[in-house]
Amino acid sequence: MTSSSLSSSFTVTVNGEPQLLDLDNRTTLLDALREHLDLTGAKKGCDHGQCGACTVLLDGRRVNSCLVLAVATQGHSITTIEGLGTAERLHPIQQAFIDHDGLQCGYCTPGQICSAVGALDEADRGWPSAATADVGAEKITLDDSEIRERMSGNLCRCGAYVNILAAINAVSP
Amino acid sequence: MTSTLDPATTRTPLMGQGINRLDAIAKVTGEARYSGEYPLDGMIYGWVVQAPIAKGRIRDISPASTLSMPGVLAVLDYRNAPRLSDAGDSELLLLQGDRVYYRGEAVAVVLAQSLEQARAGADALDVSYLAESHDVLLRADHPDMYTPELVNPNFPSASNVGDVDAALAAAEVVIDRVYATPAEHNNPMEPHATTAHWNGDTLLVFDSNQGASSVQMSLCRLFDLPRSAVQVKSEYVGGGFGAKGSARPPVVLASMAARLLGRPVRVTLTRQQMFAMVGYRTPTIQQVRLGSDWSGRLQALDHLAYSQTSKILEFAEQTAVVSRMMYATPNLRTAHRLLPLDVPTPRWMRAPGEAPGSFALESAMDELAQACNVDPIELRIRNEPDLEPDSGRPFSSRNLVACLREGARRFGWDDRDPRPAIRQDGRWRIGSGMASSTYPARNAPSTCQVQARSDGTFEVRITASDIGTGARTALTQIAADALRVELDRVELRIGDSDFGPAMIAGGSMGTASWSWAVVKACRDLLGQLDMHSGAVPAGGLLARADTKDDVAAQADVTRHAFGAQFLEVAVDIRTGEVRVPRMIGVFAAGHIVNARTARSQLIGGMIMGLGMALLEESLMDLRFGDYLNHDLAGYHVASNADVRSIEVSWIDEQDDQTNPSGIKGIGEIGIVGTAAAIANAVWHATGRRQRTLPIRPDRVIS
Ligand code: FES
Ligand code: FES
Repeated sequence: MTSSSLSSSFTVTVNGEPQLLDLDNRTTLLDALREHLDLTGAKKGCDHGQCGACTVLLDGRRVNSCLVLAVATQGHSITTIEGLGTAERLHPIQQAFIDHDGLQCGYCTPGQICSAVGALDEADRGWPSAATADVGAEKITLDDSEIRERMSGNLCRCGAYVNILAAINAVSP
Repeated sequence: MTSTLDPATTRTPLMGQGINRLDAIAKVTGEARYSGEYPLDGMIYGWVVQAPIAKGRIRDISPASTLSMPGVLAVLDYRNAPRLSDAGDSELLLLQGDRVYYRGEAVAVVLAQSLEQARAGADALDVSYLAESHDVLLRADHPDMYTPELVNPNFPSASNVGDVDAALAAAEVVIDRVYATPAEHNNPMEPHATTAHWNGDTLLVFDSNQGASSVQMSLCRLFDLPRSAVQVKSEYVGGGFGAKGSARPPVVLASMAARLLGRPVRVTLTRQQMFAMVGYRTPTIQQVRLGSDWSGRLQALDHLAYSQTSKILEFAEQTAVVSRMMYATPNLRTAHRLLPLDVPTPRWMRAPGEAPGSFALESAMDELAQACNVDPIELRIRNEPDLEPDSGRPFSSRNLVACLREGARRFGWDDRDPRPAIRQDGRWRIGSGMASSTYPARNAPSTCQVQARSDGTFEVRITASDIGTGARTALTQIAADALRVELDRVELRIGDSDFGPAMIAGGSMGTASWSWAVVKACRDLLGQLDMHSGAVPAGGLLARADTKDDVAAQADVTRHAFGAQFLEVAVDIRTGEVRVPRMIGVFAAGHIVNARTARSQLIGGMIMGLGMALLEESLMDLRFGDYLNHDLAGYHVASNADVRSIEVSWIDEQDDQTNPSGIKGIGEIGIVGTAAAIANAVWHATGRRQRTLPIRPDRVIS
């Protein structure tokens, strides 16, 4: 990594490909993806960590990419919606969103899907949420209230929540 | 022969089929590109600088320090901005002078090579102001309150049948209440974004809007250009809910900046900027007076609504208009009063008029039911009109009663004990409530082109807009049926003003209006094909349709969709928390084109209604003269955990007088009635009426 007072060049792995970037230090991960790598699947709904539209996976964990400075991802691995699946080879959660119509305008959708991937993994690791009755339990049962709670960082103004719940239920073990 | 072609009399094969959204794959893979996502060569970023005063003048703008910052190319302000002509919307006459009309108004755009540089330049821009005192609070007794001539979109402001005062004086039961609803912000998830590019004297914009031809028209007028010189593209739009119903500041600012620089410019609003610059729902104060006999038969209905507008543009919400068509009464009066303030102009937000108006009317009906000791459903059935009460015109179809009965059956309403505040489940008080829904089912002229290609497929081009409604899918179904082919033989192209003038996605009129033009063009094309004995000539065949005359020739009947919402609430009277475990909506809206997308849209409307009832409120900061909670942390929309079970269904409704497909729009009706149903249920749970929205915890407790 080289840096000046204004910019840095660094390497980050995006959807499996190493990317050498030379960016303004103020650039967020979200803007790096959208404006510099032309990966516009991650959406900007608020730029303040309040909506979840920009959710991507950073080393497998879901993050609001608008709250991550791009330079801080040096050496890390990012998965965006484009890396999760493609039209020819959809990720099971992408397919479930289609099957259950878990989207309308589609603007929150990539964030919802990345968030769902992250949430399922968190539950699999036994991480509790505010809806978990027994936070000491080894195993989390992802019932409706768990899914709703874990997905509440992803706003959907179109109100696709009922169908998003159904989609995640269809793929959750 | 024609009857087999006419979906209004015989349902065509794809009508009602719940096929998957045709753009679902593009949306779930991130391939769908929205307006701020077109990378043009040499594109420059614009960052809007907003006025920090609600009223006054710009004293000076000193761009020198901003211009010396890295990457900054220019500052666009009223001194160097291209001159604009009036396009019938004075809020679009941006950067034309030194006056500031509302806090958050655009006063400059900083243009730089990168987003970060533009933003830093905007933060550093040195603007000084001469502030004047402002007036920003809606109150019914304000001396500047006046009666507008028309209310949105073009209803007379007042109506009067019979003698309401005499009937109220003579009524056995009178309900006289004041209801209040707050300012609300549409907040589509996709912030407004425009990428603008001039090629000589022609302008191309990728813009996030609900109607590319309406935005094209505004740009033509603003920049004095012929239609052929302006192209507006908006293939994917991340929601609108009225906030993108016409040209809004970003498209004007981006177009001016691109002209100034001679390079493509993108302007994207921040979430915070959206709270000032793209419209909102006006706050309302409403007085509703109902007079009836002891059996609940209405003798008088009086609905007076106060709302606000700005000082530069009149927007008069049609808040009380819903009372003109809902219930039978021999004496019926509605009126609107409007107050101009130093605020941005309110605009459409999902079901303008009906959403706040029905909160007052349907709450008052519940209070009347209670006063008369009549079941709320029975009360509505007793007051079901044969003709539109206000005008005496027939309804093209009206199935409110069927919705009420079906909703009651699905909900299990018959087992309900009407007494309030008697059900407890742990910390929760339980109650149930209902309200009627309605929304006009109008059509507007649109044009469409359909091309038969020599490979046996068809291309349909229409400047429709799919803002999440499913219109792209619904119109493809309609076209395939009209052409009598399988769905995969039709390619529908939308979101491009080059396809000709068409209605916006708004007023629940989009799909209805567009479908008419699509059907008309497809039928014309079939006729042409017949003349060629079914064979497409080498150059293909093209049909064009314009429904201007057809819409103008429609019979003088009144057209509305109806519905009924039933729901259960749980209220913690210690914390004031209200939960809505179960919601049921039953609607009658003509033929439903796509069962899957329709269900989603109706549920989405009900969820926005839930937000309206419990969460959404833009609070005016009197000192600064602006909405205080201007982001998604301060302005709460419903999240996943706020929503529990929602069931939506519809009555099979045959209406031959709407349009050839027999459809009525469903974009708005879902939000109408939800807030009243929740307020009525909260009364049933707690014994307390909630006449001010949202039903915040402090209001439940106090
Ligand atoms: S854009 Fe990152 S949370 Fe909203
Ligand atoms: S699908 Fe439109 S915001 Fe979620």
